[in-house]
Amino acid sequence: MQLTKEHFEPISVDLRQAESIKRPSLSFWADVWRRLKMNKVAMASLVFILILVACASLIPILSSNDYFTTDLAGKNKKPSAEHWFGTDDLGRDVFVRVWYGARISLEVGFAAAFIDLIIGVIWGGLAGFYGGKVDEIMMRIADILYAIPYLLVVILLMVVLEPGVGTIIIALTITGWIGMARIVRGQILQLKAQEFVLAARSLGADNNRLIFKHLIPNALGPIIVTLSLTVPSAIFAESFLSFIGLGVSAPVASWGTMSNEGLSAMKYYPWRLMFPALFISITMLAFNLLGDGLRDAVDPRLRK
Amino acid sequence: MIRYLGKRIIFMILSLFLIVTATFFIMKAVPGGPFTSEKNVPDEIKAALEAKYKLNLPLHEQYLDYLKGVITWDLGPSFVEKSSTVNDMISRGFPVSAHLGAQALLLAIFGGITLGVVAALKHNKWQDYSAMLIAVLGLSVPGFILASFYQYFFAIKWGIFPIAKWEGFEYTVLPSLALAAMPIAFIARLTRSNMLEVLGQDYIKTAKAKGLNTVTITVKHAIRNALLPVITYLGPLLANILTGAFVIERIFGIPGLGREFVISITNRDYTVIMGTTVFYAIILVVGILLVDIAYTLVDPRIKLSDAGRE
Repeated sequence: MQLTKEHFEPISVDLRQAESIKRPSLSFWADVWRRLKMNKVAMASLVFILILVACASLIPILSSNDYFTTDLAGKNKKPSAEHWFGTDDLGRDVFVRVWYGARISLEVGFAAAFIDLIIGVIWGGLAGFYGGKVDEIMMRIADILYAIPYLLVVILLMVVLEPGVGTIIIALTITGWIGMARIVRGQILQLKAQEFVLAARSLGADNNRLIFKHLIPNALGPIIVTLSLTVPSAIFAESFLSFIGLGVSAPVASWGTMSNEGLSAMKYYPWRLMFPALFISITMLAFNLLGDGLRDAVDPRLRK
Repeated sequence: MIRYLGKRIIFMILSLFLIVTATFFIMKAVPGGPFTSEKNVPDEIKAALEAKYKLNLPLHEQYLDYLKGVITWDLGPSFVEKSSTVNDMISRGFPVSAHLGAQALLLAIFGGITLGVVAALKHNKWQDYSAMLIAVLGLSVPGFILASFYQYFFAIKWGIFPIAKWEGFEYTVLPSLALAAMPIAFIARLTRSNMLEVLGQDYIKTAKAKGLNTVTITVKHAIRNALLPVITYLGPLLANILTGAFVIERIFGIPGLGREFVISITNRDYTVIMGTTVFYAIILVVGILLVDIAYTLVDPRIKLSDAGRE
């Protein structure tokens, strides 16, 4: 084969162009959001949750009925134009009560998740970051607490403390944070062995900066997924407690107490059970589906 | 192995000790004694009652007494049901609860695994989607709501099964189904994702290349490996079924320990609450330990040491 000079002429395509980035670069969270948006089920759940939050917060303005006024002449009415979901055995409007119940469920769900987040991230973060003896002691404490069945602790506390929303939140968070702490610790252990942490440290970053600027932001994905699954389990626990008579006390409406009251009259007035039951189930479904969607969007290994 | 076991047992005992202590002091912290509800009792009778139940002793002696009681398995008398002790109630209620629980457990394991395997084999087909729909519904609908829906449709509307009570096999169907719903869903999801992972492994390809038929590959190579992580879920499953039974037994009027527990809560029958809590805690903690041991025995890839803990 003869090599002539023409063989060494640059071809017309400018090879340097190949290195240029054509698509806009996406940050991790923009990418997560993009993937979440493609997941129709998760987006529908998100929209449902937003509507639920909006209606539950605005219900005192939206409706002239309240949740506690009794009307013995109009008790156990069927759903109608006046009372969309009917009335209960004291003539209270079930529609309005369901929305007030949503307030309690959401309050408990979000507050419990938030407190679990704070304690869990601090506990797990410290244990994972410092390692060694600190880790050993902190995680042993968590292990021992974790062995105590969750609902038993909650029930015991509810027996002793004054019933109310605050008590439920305390009871739910007293051992609820451990799951989060374990997740965070695992993430931090994995992350702190990576090069960027070494790089940050050699650039002179102190421990605080390392933890809050480098490690926790990188662990946020699993944290958010855990958080989104804590909310439905707290909502479930609240309705469970109210159902066995340990939750909020009358006349406050909670989905659990409404289901419990509706259960005894199920044969004749099924709507009194149906609507709160439907709301608990759909709300939990929405949070679970959103959590699943978030997990798929956040975890790069689950991407298609 | 022995070192690991010893360590686990020490921590188990620590957990149990903590539970007993916490239960005792929480119950003692309740304002008012157990006899506050009995009106206008003369002081002498009150003193006699307190002496009978040893409530006049200082707190630390009561505590040591209680600890001794737990160790010798004597959980004390019931304050409300005067004729029976907590031990009586447990031996009366627990067999019923255990029967219901065992039935639900088996249903959950077999139902869940079947759903999960089918979903994985028919990945992204309608079987997969419907199995996962059932699973996500099972995770989202609380047991007590499911139970009341079963009652409404299967008992009141269609009359297929009796609505409540505990008198024969047909009475156990609805409660078991209600109790098993959430675990079925969880196991189905777990099995599915494990199966999908295993089916992508090289040794499955090898088996296919050897010319094995699908049934042999699925049963012999895929399912056995996919089921290992399901064993770890058996501990939480036990907890789930025990606590789920509280409401299920109440809704279906089943005379089990769970209903006894809920009634004792409503009656504020403190010794029964304490005793039942301790009993449940022991079952759960021991159950979880057994599951962990079983897991390490079944899966040769896991080494019994603390080095495995990251």
